[in-house]
Amino acid sequence: MTASALRPYHAVFRARFQLLLQYRAAAIAGFGTQCWWGTIKVMIFSAFLAGPVASPMTLRETIDYIWLGQAFLMLLPWSADPELARMVRSGDIAYERLRPVDGYAYWYARAVARRTATPLLRAMPMVLLTGVVLPSLGYGRWGLGPPAGIAAVLLFIASMALVVALASAFSTLLDVLVVMTLSERGVNILVAPLAIVFSGSLIPLPLLPEWLQPFMQYQPFAGLLDSPLRIYSGHLGGWSAVGALGRQAVWTVLLVALGRAIMRRAMARLQTQGG
Amino acid sequence: MNAIRLYGRYVGVSLRSQMQYPASFLLTSAGAFAATGVDFLATWALFARFRQVAGWHFGEVALFYSVIGVSFALADGLTRGFDIFGDQFVRTGDFDRLLVRPRSTVLQLLGYELRATRIGRLAQALVVGVVAIRLTGITWHLAPWATLLFAVAGGTALFSGILVLQATLAFWTVESLEIANTLTYGGVEAAQYPLDLYARWFRNFLTFVVPLGCVSYFPVAAVLGKADRTGVPAQLLQLTPALGFVFLGVALWLWRYGVRHYTSTGS
Amino acid sequence: MSDSAIIVDRLTKTFRVAERRPGAWNALAGLVRRHYREVRAIDDISFRLAEGELLGFVGPNGAGKSTTIKILCGILEPTAGQCTVGGIVPWRERVRHVARIGAVFGQRTQLWWDLPVIESFALLRDIYRVPPERYRQTSDELIARLDLGRLLATPVRQLSLGQRMRCEIAASLLHEPRVLFLDEPTIGLDAVAKLAVRDFVKTLNREHGVTVILTTHDMHDIEALAERVIVIGKGVILADGSLASLRRGALAERRLRVHFAGEPPATIELPGAAVRQREARSIELAFDPRLTSAHRLIASVASEFEVEDIHLEEPPIEEVIARFYAQHEVDG
Repeated sequence: MTASALRPYHAVFRARFQLLLQYRAAAIAGFGTQCWWGTIKVMIFSAFLAGPVASPMTLRETIDYIWLGQAFLMLLPWSADPELARMVRSGDIAYERLRPVDGYAYWYARAVARRTATPLLRAMPMVLLTGVVLPSLGYGRWGLGPPAGIAAVLLFIASMALVVALASAFSTLLDVLVVMTLSERGVNILVAPLAIVFSGSLIPLPLLPEWLQPFMQYQPFAGLLDSPLRIYSGHLGGWSAVGALGRQAVWTVLLVALGRAIMRRAMARLQTQGG
Repeated sequence: MNAIRLYGRYVGVSLRSQMQYPASFLLTSAGAFAATGVDFLATWALFARFRQVAGWHFGEVALFYSVIGVSFALADGLTRGFDIFGDQFVRTGDFDRLLVRPRSTVLQLLGYELRATRIGRLAQALVVGVVAIRLTGITWHLAPWATLLFAVAGGTALFSGILVLQATLAFWTVESLEIANTLTYGGVEAAQYPLDLYARWFRNFLTFVVPLGCVSYFPVAAVLGKADRTGVPAQLLQLTPALGFVFLGVALWLWRYGVRHYTSTGS
Repeated sequence: MSDSAIIVDRLTKTFRVAERRPGAWNALAGLVRRHYREVRAIDDISFRLAEGELLGFVGPNGAGKSTTIKILCGILEPTAGQCTVGGIVPWRERVRHVARIGAVFGQRTQLWWDLPVIESFALLRDIYRVPPERYRQTSDELIARLDLGRLLATPVRQLSLGQRMRCEIAASLLHEPRVLFLDEPTIGLDAVAKLAVRDFVKTLNREHGVTVILTTHDMHDIEALAERVIVIGKGVILADGSLASLRRGALAERRLRVHFAGEPPATIELPGAAVRQREARSIELAFDPRLTSAHRLIASVASEFEVEDIHLEEPPIEEVIARFYAQHEVDG
């Protein structure tokens, strides 16, 4: 594709990005919420880990996991694009077919904006507070520790980039499913609990029972949060980390393919129903 | 017609509206049941690995969870009008519609919708409660049950108060929802674990500012016959849920202030 | 004054509005600090309305119409000034006040969306504490007058806009208010529904003596209903009087359309009149009735040319109002 062919996608990304940046109160409130949740979790998990039973993760690794998990919470595909859902309800979605662009790529660009603008606003102050302010006040034990090393940093950055790609593929798949089922209700009810449990946002995946571990590592939600978080603290290193990146990439490709296939059918159905 | 009978009429109307979409009702209720169920399974998974937390066992934590879960489900079902207030009434200007009716705005918002789908969450919390009672072996005496009921009543009042505050905040900011979610969903999360697990400042917050501990931890500890390790005298433990009602009272007082702000600025 | 249903005395309302600037940098800066601007929605407005009057309230969007209505309904408190409706200061005694007024906001519904109309009526009866006997009488009359019989069992969401508006009006009158506020009651309605609404409002006002304040963008509503018009622009009253006086002030001209038997003449020279429009078989003349009379004009046209037909017209009311806005430099 040439630069001019990419222009509409770039434009929609920029427009959404700027729009999402404007929600000042949401950003402040969201930051407060996430601090609160993180604090509760740190206290609860410290209590669990202080018990006599050995833990597969150290307290340091667990706390890093919790704070980064809160910082990048908005990267999770919580729900379908609310604006798109509104268009489906009103029937305006039929006009989406009139755009002279690749429909999937267009929505994907919107999703990338959603999965970067909001998380960026939330993550930066969170990392600053837990990684810089808390340690300088002498509470470093309860804050975000430094990464496990140079290799961990590089792998973490790569993994975060893949998180954006994967989360956007997830989001777009949700959008497409909303168009397919003509309602956002079912999709949103199902996806939020799945995302929160299987990404590790609720409980760090390594702390779940041993017999669940093989399944947990190979399911797609792990690539949304669990993989980069463990890479950061060094819980996942070397070839295991590279393997996690590989799984993130494979799931991204699969979800994009699935999203495209369903979108073709959904749009064809819209056409026959006349919106 | 007095306020209570009018509320009854509102409830009837609301339930009839919701039953116009039975499939949606079933789907949402079942979804809420499943979502909170998964949430609780995760708690169970933690106990499966670690056996106990700060000396508390699974059954005991399940009882905290159940009391707070039932309270929240009830409050969330009753105060739907306040929950969606920012989005549906302030942003759209539909609050004007309520102001041109000769009834209190609180009554009209309570009557806006009795959210039947909360039955899903309520059922889940009750199931957890049954499990908890079997695991902890609470006896069928009047005293523990009266205390549990009082805790649930106080908890419902407390969560209703939080939702009223959320609506009040909507007069000033469009994004009041997330702040309140901290206290509602975040409160459910915090209050399902024993308070003595938390740092002192946080315990104080959950006792004196938003008294979530007073509607689950203290009364449930009394029921379980556990001496409180945070220093509250044993005779007081059962009475603490009263603070939930105090909180609701304060919230309603602030609500009136919010309405006055709205009518003077038209924001 | 007991015969004044509504007294508005030097009412002023100012709002504080947040300013939003374009661009990513300003969006980020806006997170930290926001700029506010004072906007005077209405500025020193005064008028009186007698019991049983029907007032048309006209003005471009943002002129201050709905701010005034909101204050009169008790929804909004003014920054300065006084007003009473039936002797009550609306925002001081909201509940007592709103029990005695009716309000229809054309763009929003007061009916319960998923329920049959009759259930909404019954609920409103309870909300307004209407005695059952009284309710039966009033609702029967409204149902008959607005022809709602067949709609009562239908859920509101299935009604057409016109049907819904009839139900809305009935709903706002179940408690027999003495003052009725109608905000854009004909917006989006088709011609038949508009006529039905106007007809009903007229009867309500003339026969039942209900005081009505009507805001609308549809000048035909005003033409059909209002004896008195207040034009508001940029928060101040620009004109207050009959439609005829407004017409005289803004666009006094009248028009004469002349249909010719054959080709219209290339030029017409008539004192006090000018050619406004020229078509294949007709010419439209505009004249100032203060300079020349229609009678004299018709006589001279008929004597000079072979005329088939002549119409005497006034400029359409929209044009009058548009001209009026232009004269006062407010945007229509």
